[in-house]
Order: sequence, then C-alpha cells, then structure tokens
Amino acid sequence: MAESRANVLDGAPPMVERPQSTDTAGEGAGDRLYYGVLWVLGFFVLVVAGLIVLNLALVSRPLFAVEGVWDFVKGDDWDPVTQKFGALPFIYGTLVTSLVAVVVAVPVAIGLALFITQFAPHKLAPFLSTPVEWLAAIPSVVYGLWGLAVLVPWLRTSVEPFLGRAFGFLPFFKGPPIGFGYLAAGLCLAVMILPTVVSVSAEVMKTTPEAQREAALALGATTWESVTWSVMPHSRAGILGASLLGLGRALGETMAVTMLIGNSRNISISLFAPGYSLPAVIANEFAEATDNIHIGALAACGLILFVITFLLNAAARWLVTAVQKGPARVVT
Amino acid sequence: MRHFAFRRFMNVFMTVLCGVALVAAFIPLISVLYLVISKGAAGLSWDFFTQLPKPVGEEGGGIGNALVGTLYMVGLACLMGLPVGVGAGVFLAERGDGTVGKTVRFVAEVLSGVPSIVIGIVAYAMVVIPMRHFSALAGSVALAIMIVPYLACSTEELIRVVPTSLREASLALGVTNWRTSLLVILRTAMTGVVTACLLAVARVAGETAPLLFTALNNQYWNVSPVQPTASLTVAIYNYAISPYEDWHAKAWTAALVLLMLVGLLNLTSRVLTRNRLKGAR
Repeated sequence: MAESRANVLDGAPPMVERPQSTDTAGEGAGDRLYYGVLWVLGFFVLVVAGLIVLNLALVSRPLFAVEGVWDFVKGDDWDPVTQKFGALPFIYGTLVTSLVAVVVAVPVAIGLALFITQFAPHKLAPFLSTPVEWLAAIPSVVYGLWGLAVLVPWLRTSVEPFLGRAFGFLPFFKGPPIGFGYLAAGLCLAVMILPTVVSVSAEVMKTTPEAQREAALALGATTWESVTWSVMPHSRAGILGASLLGLGRALGETMAVTMLIGNSRNISISLFAPGYSLPAVIANEFAEATDNIHIGALAACGLILFVITFLLNAAARWLVTAVQKGPARVVT
Repeated sequence: MRHFAFRRFMNVFMTVLCGVALVAAFIPLISVLYLVISKGAAGLSWDFFTQLPKPVGEEGGGIGNALVGTLYMVGLACLMGLPVGVGAGVFLAERGDGTVGKTVRFVAEVLSGVPSIVIGIVAYAMVVIPMRHFSALAGSVALAIMIVPYLACSTEELIRVVPTSLREASLALGVTNWRTSLLVILRTAMTGVVTACLLAVARVAGETAPLLFTALNNQYWNVSPVQPTASLTVAIYNYAISPYEDWHAKAWTAALVLLMLVGLLNLTSRVLTRNRLKGAR
C-alpha cells in the first residue's frame, strides 16, 4: 500500500491493484494458515477417491492372482467351495434390473417434471415437488420392506399372471409368477430413482430461455406445443444426463434389490425369474466370507460397480452442466 | 398446420398424461408411508426404545441397542465427515477455480454417486482388516466417506450465493481474508450449511449397505468404538428377511422409528431454510 501511494506522490502512474480476495501473495500468517487448512481439506476429497480405488484393488488382488479379469466377468459359475468365481449372473441381474427401472421411471419422471415446471400453476409447483423429495428421503431398506409386503404379492397375484396372459409370447414374460425376481427389484428401483430423475430434469427444464417459450406461445402455440418446440429441444441432453444419473443410482442400489431379486445365481431371459445382482451378492456373502479369494471376488464385484458408476456419473454430470451452461460453453 | 381442435385436444391429452405421471409417482409414496405408519404404530412402546431384542417367540423386547448404535455411529461419522466436508466446500467456493479446484469438484460430484456398498468394502479394507475386528469405527468411517463429497458439493453452492459485495465490504474495512471468509461469508451462509449438514446426516442415517460388514451387528448394548455394533437399518433388514411373523412386525416398527428420525432431520432443515428466507425478505 505504502509503495503505491508513494508512486502516486512521485507523479508516476498509479499501480492497478488486483482484488485482494484472489491474491494469495503478501497475505498474513493467518491467511496462509486458513487457506492452507482449506487446501488440505479440499485435497482430502482426492485422497478419499484414491483410497477407494487403492483399497478395492488391494482387496480384490488375491482373486486376480488366480483368475483373469475376463474369466471373472464372463464366467457364470460362482462357487466359494470349489473357488470358482464368475460374476456374469450378477452383472446380468444388475443390468436387467437397472434397465427395467430406467424404462419405467424415465417416462414417468419426464411427465412429472413437465407437469411441475410447465403445466401446473407456478404457485402449486412447490407442493408437487416436495413429496417427490420425500420419496428420495425414504431409506433403501424401508423400500425393501415395502417391496416384500406390497410389491411381491401384487406382482405374484395380479401383474405377472396378467402380463403372462397378454404378452406371454414374448420371452420376457414367460414362466411361473413367483413375485421375487428381476421385475420386482426393477420396479422398486424405479420408484427409488424417480426423485433423482425428476429433480434433475426439472432443473434442466427450468433453464430453458424464457424468450424461446414465450416466442412459441406468442405464435399461438398451445402449452404442449411450446414444450415440444422449445423446452424439449433445450432439455434433451440434460434429461439424458438425468436418466444416466438415475441409472447410476439403480446400478449401485443394494438393500431393496437384495430383498426382492430372489437371490438365485441363474441367468434368465424372463423378468419373472429370480436372479442376483452385484451389490446383492456383496451384501449377502461379504460378512461370511473367510478366505481371501472369496473376499477378493466380492471386492472385484465392487470394483466393477465402482468403475461403471464412476463412468456413468462423469458422463451424466457433463451432460447436465453442458445444458445448464448453455450451448455457447459446451466446447470448452 | 393441423386443425385447431386436434391441437387443443393434444394439449389437454398431454396435460392429463403428465398428471397421470404425477399420480403414478404419489401412489408408492402414500403406500409406503401408510404401511409403515399403520403396521409400525402398533408395536411402539417405551420398551421398544429401551429394551434389548428378545429371541423369536418371546413377547416384548425392543431395539434400544440398535437405536443407540445408529445414533452413535452417525455421531462418530459427523465428527469425522462434517468438518472435512464443509472445509472442502469452502475450499471449492473460494479457491476452486484452478485446476486442483476443478478436479476436486469433479471428483466430489462423481464420488457422491458411488454405491454405498462399495464404500463399505473400502471401510472394511481400511479399518476391519487392520483391526481384525468388525467395529463401530469401521461403520462410521464408511458413513463419513459418504458424507464428505455430498457435503462438499452442497456447501460450495451455498457459499457461492453469498453476495460478493459482502466480501468486498469486509475487505474494504481492512479485515483479513481469513476472518472475512470465516466471520462474514461462512456466517452468512451458516443456516444453509447447517441445513446441508442435517440433510447429509439424514442420508447416511438411513444407510444399511455400508454397515452390513463393517459394524456387523450386536445383540447387546455397545458404546465401544472397537466392538461390533447394532444399527437400526441392519435390524430392519434382519427382521424383514426372517421368516417369523412377530419379527416382521418389529421390522415395521423399527422402520417407523427410522422414518421418524430421518423425517425429523429433514423437517428441521426445512424449518431452518424457511426462517432464513423470511429473514431475507
């Protein structure tokens, strides 16, 4: 400060000072300490991520010492006694239940998000979105309990017999109605991922430039036409991102799936059949697993899950932020 | 251009269809809440909150140890996770524009989507294997790992909405950067940050998967961090998948207790947010 004032007095042009808050040079010891601590805490997030990868790799190493990655992924035989570990039934079950969840939840979520942001009166919107947030607050194990009490009997006595009669020619709807199975787990997952997809889609829809919507309305468009002309073209990538986020949640969801999928190590085309999923096998066997290879196999299941959800989430975040920032900044 | 009547019909039809989606979403919510309350309320009693669980067939017994276990582990997780989460959030808001900041933000966002069961394996590897023991500490480490990225993201957003003019006013008065950040910025965002903390706690309090093979379970009271510990969520799971009718009833009552706990945290955060908005007006 003193220096710059001296410059002014000397008749030299005044120095342009940078704003203090972004300038770390010349700060006091307190500032250095404070921002040092913050820096460490921020860096800690990276450390946590590193620890997750490192530990998953370490615990699953005994398995990969005796079995190749590809053998593990494509093997359909899982027997801790004979030490054969193939994760295909679990990978298949995880994918099938998650796909069922996304196929059921996304159309409902888009409709709901449109209703909240476009069709419903603005004053009503908070009263509609709050209950959706409640859906997100209910713990997974409670959904599982609900699924056991409501979803499974309902599927067994009404939905599956009906689907079997009406669409029994499709391989997906063949077989006896058991209740437990891919369909039960998938439907429960659909309910669980609904709030994620709705809230992210609604956020994206809200960023539609008001001028575009008003232009459509001014040309005489109905509300629905303003949706198809302005809101949907703007939000399409963001809704895809929201669906991917939902898919990511569905893939990793443990308790409800463990309770509803039936825990059978068979691979079946039919959605009525019981199956298994990656999180479910970890939840069921990890506490009882004693030898390192078995634990390693379960950790390898975790590693697969981690890699898939990491990639999905990264893609989804990118899509959502790209839409929210607007097309101008997508390039950077 | 299509006929006007058709366009108007299309509009009404799609509005109704979106309304149907609304109803479709509310049915499971109402169904879950109705069942938990109607089936769970019958088992509520003082004993349920204070007694140890009893074997199948015996009358009475409660989930006191599980309730204490959940509170205890969530408390421990808060001690570890809240300061780190909030600190990382402040870091992102104030120093987050560089490469490191961008990386931290990206990693935090992606980490909050990592399945909780995977976090459980990590806590198992970090705590259970070295200690050779299932423990409450392992469970709370798993929960803390879940708190950090979530809280970092929400804290950053809350701090970023504090007007720059406040910071500038403080700096213009000659207050140092760190005092401005701590006493002006963080203080202004405090209600929001507390809300975010409550929501993070509510999220992990309902977690089962990361506790299954870290804290395991315990039939007795336990407040030692190095012993296996019961939790509300694992108790619900074990009761729910058991074949016994009276254990199912206990699962519903325990679910009601858990929902009340989570609901209370959510409600508190909502009340706090509303007061803040009122103050702003």
